[in-house]
Amino acid sequence: MTGPATIFDRPNTYIGQPTPRQDTDRLLQGRGKYVDDVQLPRMVHAAFHRSPHAHAKIVSIDVSAAKAMPGVIAIYTGKDLAETVTPYVGVLTHLAGLRSAPQHPIAVDVARWQGEPVVMVVATSRALAEDAVEVIEVEYDPLPAACDAETALDASAPVIHKDFGSNLAWERLVDVGDVEAALKAEGVTVVEREFRFGRHTGVTLEPRSAVCDYDPSENQLTMYYSGQAPHMMQVILSKHLGVPEENVRVISNDVGGSFGIKIHTYGDEVAAAAVAKLLKRPVKFTADRHESFLTDIHARDHVVTGKMGVDANGKIVAIDFDDLTGIGPFSMYPRTSAIECNQVLNLTGAPYDLENYRARGRVVFQNKNMMCQYRAVGHPIAMAICDGLIEDAARAINIDPVEMRRRNLMRDDSYPRASASGMKLDDLSHQKALDRLVEIMDYEALRADQEEARKKGIHRGIGFVSMVEVTNPSPMFYGIGGAPIASQDGATARLDAGGALHISSSVTEQGQGTNAILAQIAAGVFGVPIERVKVTTGDTATVPYGGGTWASRGAGIGGEAMLQAAHALKEQVLDVAAVMLQAEADTLDIRNGAVVDAKNGTERMPLADLARTVYYRGNELPSDLNPELIATRHYRVTDFPFVFTNGAMAAHVEVDTDTGFTKVLGFWAVEDCGRVINPMLVDEQVRGGVVQGIGGALYEECIYSEDGQMLNTTMADYMVPMAAEMPDIVVSHIETPSKTSVLGAKGAGEAGTGGAPAALLNAVNDALAPLDTSIWQMPMTPERILKVLGKV
Amino acid sequence: MTQTQSIQLTVNGEPVNASVPVRMNLVDFLRQELGLTGSHVGCEHGVCGACTIEVDGAPIRGCLMLAVQANGATVTTVEGLADTDRADALKAAFRDRNALQCGFCTPGMLTSALSYVESGGPADRTAIREHISGNYCRCTGYQAIVDAICDVIGKEAKS
Amino acid sequence: MKAPDFRYERPESLSAALALLADEANGAQPLAGGQSLMPMLNFRVAAPEMLVDLSGVAELRGISDSGDSIRIGAMTRYRDLAEWSDLEAKLPLVALALPHIAHHAIRNRGTIGGSISLADPAAEMPALMMALDAEITLTSADGERTVPASEFFLGFYETAREENELVTSVRVPAATSGQRSAFYELAPRHGDYAMAGVAMVADAASPITNLRAAFFGIAGQPIRLSVLEAALNGKAPDDEAAITVATAAFDEVDFIDDLKASAATRRHLAGVVLKRALAEL
Repeated sequence: MTGPATIFDRPNTYIGQPTPRQDTDRLLQGRGKYVDDVQLPRMVHAAFHRSPHAHAKIVSIDVSAAKAMPGVIAIYTGKDLAETVTPYVGVLTHLAGLRSAPQHPIAVDVARWQGEPVVMVVATSRALAEDAVEVIEVEYDPLPAACDAETALDASAPVIHKDFGSNLAWERLVDVGDVEAALKAEGVTVVEREFRFGRHTGVTLEPRSAVCDYDPSENQLTMYYSGQAPHMMQVILSKHLGVPEENVRVISNDVGGSFGIKIHTYGDEVAAAAVAKLLKRPVKFTADRHESFLTDIHARDHVVTGKMGVDANGKIVAIDFDDLTGIGPFSMYPRTSAIECNQVLNLTGAPYDLENYRARGRVVFQNKNMMCQYRAVGHPIAMAICDGLIEDAARAINIDPVEMRRRNLMRDDSYPRASASGMKLDDLSHQKALDRLVEIMDYEALRADQEEARKKGIHRGIGFVSMVEVTNPSPMFYGIGGAPIASQDGATARLDAGGALHISSSVTEQGQGTNAILAQIAAGVFGVPIERVKVTTGDTATVPYGGGTWASRGAGIGGEAMLQAAHALKEQVLDVAAVMLQAEADTLDIRNGAVVDAKNGTERMPLADLARTVYYRGNELPSDLNPELIATRHYRVTDFPFVFTNGAMAAHVEVDTDTGFTKVLGFWAVEDCGRVINPMLVDEQVRGGVVQGIGGALYEECIYSEDGQMLNTTMADYMVPMAAEMPDIVVSHIETPSKTSVLGAKGAGEAGTGGAPAALLNAVNDALAPLDTSIWQMPMTPERILKVLGKV
Repeated sequence: MTQTQSIQLTVNGEPVNASVPVRMNLVDFLRQELGLTGSHVGCEHGVCGACTIEVDGAPIRGCLMLAVQANGATVTTVEGLADTDRADALKAAFRDRNALQCGFCTPGMLTSALSYVESGGPADRTAIREHISGNYCRCTGYQAIVDAICDVIGKEAKS
Repeated sequence: MKAPDFRYERPESLSAALALLADEANGAQPLAGGQSLMPMLNFRVAAPEMLVDLSGVAELRGISDSGDSIRIGAMTRYRDLAEWSDLEAKLPLVALALPHIAHHAIRNRGTIGGSISLADPAAEMPALMMALDAEITLTSADGERTVPASEFFLGFYETAREENELVTSVRVPAATSGQRSAFYELAPRHGDYAMAGVAMVADAASPITNLRAAFFGIAGQPIRLSVLEAALNGKAPDDEAAITVATAAFDEVDFIDDLKASAATRRHLAGVVLKRALAEL
């Protein structure tokens, strides 16, 4: 897409500058406004009795003692709320064959996972609500549970939704070229591995939280929501609570981390909204950490058997794999739980020139907490399968892993093109990224160090990944399948009477710096100092309509809408200025808060003068001039289902072969996210993402007992990365702007999380190589490493 | 019925008299009773560090101390730090390094970082990482926070 | 995750505290630093009818040096120990271990007596008491008794302390001249509880003389293994053969098997920490 040529070379552009965020002082002074900070008059607090069983019939519920407890306002069972909330089903029509059963916010008759809400208590404080929960008596009749995804499809497995006849939720096969023939061809070396990816969860530091209020006089439902997609939640609440959409207001102020966790329909949050409506007063639900671990969506948890064939020159001739993943007893609403598996099938091998590709994915129901989209959906699995097998094959035929990639990566001049799985690709730079990576990490020196260290019995390893990231999704992601999720976003720019610029956008801020980059774009494109830009996001009552921030779309889609709105406003203002100054509009420009001569920058009129004339003294303007000092534009991606980014990353590790401990010595990431709007913020997105990826590779796992009890629901037991163990991470950028927008920005939020696990896996296996062993299960805990070393 | 007790303490330089449920922890008291919502609740079992505040000059976990135990104590929260210039250099460094994203860990992280800087800790990245290793941040990956603390120590060393 | 209701008392003398604990009708539980009890209350796995907060009992806090031994009051916080100027000279093993105990904000509240009374099998302080042959003083309304550390830690969160008793102090022998100390633990992340650790002192390092090695994080309670110590005494700390012989003593250990590590892994890691600590002795 081409656009106004003057956008990037303007004297006061902020695009490309490491401008500090305007809103950090607020957060540094404790003036953030997170949902749990909201205190409203007459507000009451919710707590839940949750199923202690993975699968059980609810025989009876006795709340009589609980009702008599101090401070208790009301108690609701699933049946009670079923009268107020219509059930929801997490399917999308474009995921052919995906099935799921109707879900209620609180379990009705049967509980299907440990942690499912069964009874809700509303009391004057959370402590009192918990006191009452303790005396609720629920009689359960435990049912046989299908907890293990690997046996959930067995004929002997209990079927969770009887009508379906099996626990299969969705299945897809991609079969391109002739995989069998390619693998059997002469001179082809085949490597085959079974990969196991642990169940993770997002562990947002701010737990899920909602404050819902209902005003019957206007049939108005307001939800203060710690979430990423306010408009989506507006539709869902409207649809299932029977309140007109325009009477549902969803406000997402500060959000304390989200990572894809806070974008789904959680029963406890819907229940809070329903009960606010029933009680006609504000209801607060804030998950405690135990509830977060039990009920925030989980992700990953795939078992993959994968094969790769390479010829004697190291050219990949085929990839063939089978992916099985368990998603809990329902497909999550409305985004569904088949997307991660779908992405694994779409993305595996996508950086490489590949003709023969076969991938089978199966998504199964099980009696565990539900799985859904979490940062870098499917990416860590897809990248680990392909790049894990590449380095395995490289070892088998004794080729350097960098050289192996050079022989297989798509050429930078070969776009537009498609991946083997059919993904449309453009504007990628795998070769440049790998070259840059090798340079910044000083690959040769690390190899020399590795050799020296090995002589001393120290096992260091270097591992790589070449990757793609899905960003800027088009309507083909969700909208096409019937989900009430906007794929376009809107932005408004408005000049106020004092000459300041007010902007609003439907993308949301969860700490990435969305508001900051919107201000940067608007300030530069329109022509005011950034200090004079005020940003509003996260309120369905005041911002344009749009999807919110997920799938790394904030900068690419929200940013482009902002650019277009700011540019439109600039043209509108210059039209007014042209009349007032009796000049041609195209000889004028707006710079640094004033209308200037475009040619030499001479100030002609401060914006405030123009605005005051328009707003206060319209009599001075010609009657036929209708000044509009506000402009709104919307943007969606049209020609591609997604806009892909690419990157190359490397990890340097030391494996202590006596203890099984892995120390990450260094990490390098080269990222091509198109035009970089704020290099500091992008670097920090990459670093934070990498550390989440390291968490998945080395520490994080939701551990369940055989009977479906999650065993590590504390932060002492579910281990997230902490500062002492994390490396410094070197980030470098290649900028290949996307042609799908004027801004040319792609997303960057998920690359680190998507790529780091594969790089870590490869680095550990590189370290273990001289010991003739390897590991294919993440997290790579000390015990698992000791096991593959034969020491335990 | 919930037991209550009266307490007197100093919070951010102001005297506070309150009757509190004895089971209420200090961070809930600050947030719910005093409206000081800058201190955050992340885990309620002392691991995440989001509720780290100063009591009698030392950083502690606000979720692992009862409000009644703060009777007679001097408490400083992130709002109190904002009222003085003690943390100005750190806050500026956090902003310049983008050492915060969602901001939820920030009040606790700042309190931990400040104790390191004020105790004369060196600009040693390993030592800094160990010092803040009880404060969970899901967003930044920690590097920018370490950078910010090093910047402040470096500047103090020069001046 | 809010604590259940309880009564709260903050006595200002030991005798008042003991009287509250002695009255069974109170259903009382002592609250020391609270760094373990508070999470248990918040999770509602502990639900005492009364908490007896010991932080007001001045006589329980403080360090006194009587030359050849150090008395540490039960309510002495880790921070107080860290700030005690004689720590490295008098209790070098404790000085080595302190930075590994949780995190600074926890050490600012956590107490020596609390850790010893709780007897978490993976905690450092109980093992330090074992390695140092400390004596633990228990006081009840009926009087005072002293129990050697070796007889105090009985199993998973189980000690010789009776319900009406308080750990009031520990007496730790000061380091003798030439004494060697070593501390090594394997924790997944800095400040985490150890998957395996050992605290050791010896009168001399080469050859090893009078070794006292207390393992933690491997069994229900911190343990010393006399067979292991005997096998190493008189040997060089890097004597692989002696270490192999010594680790046969692990046969008698009932290793913890949990989410962080299996019993077999812990047994393996116990050998690793032993070897590494010996190398630092």
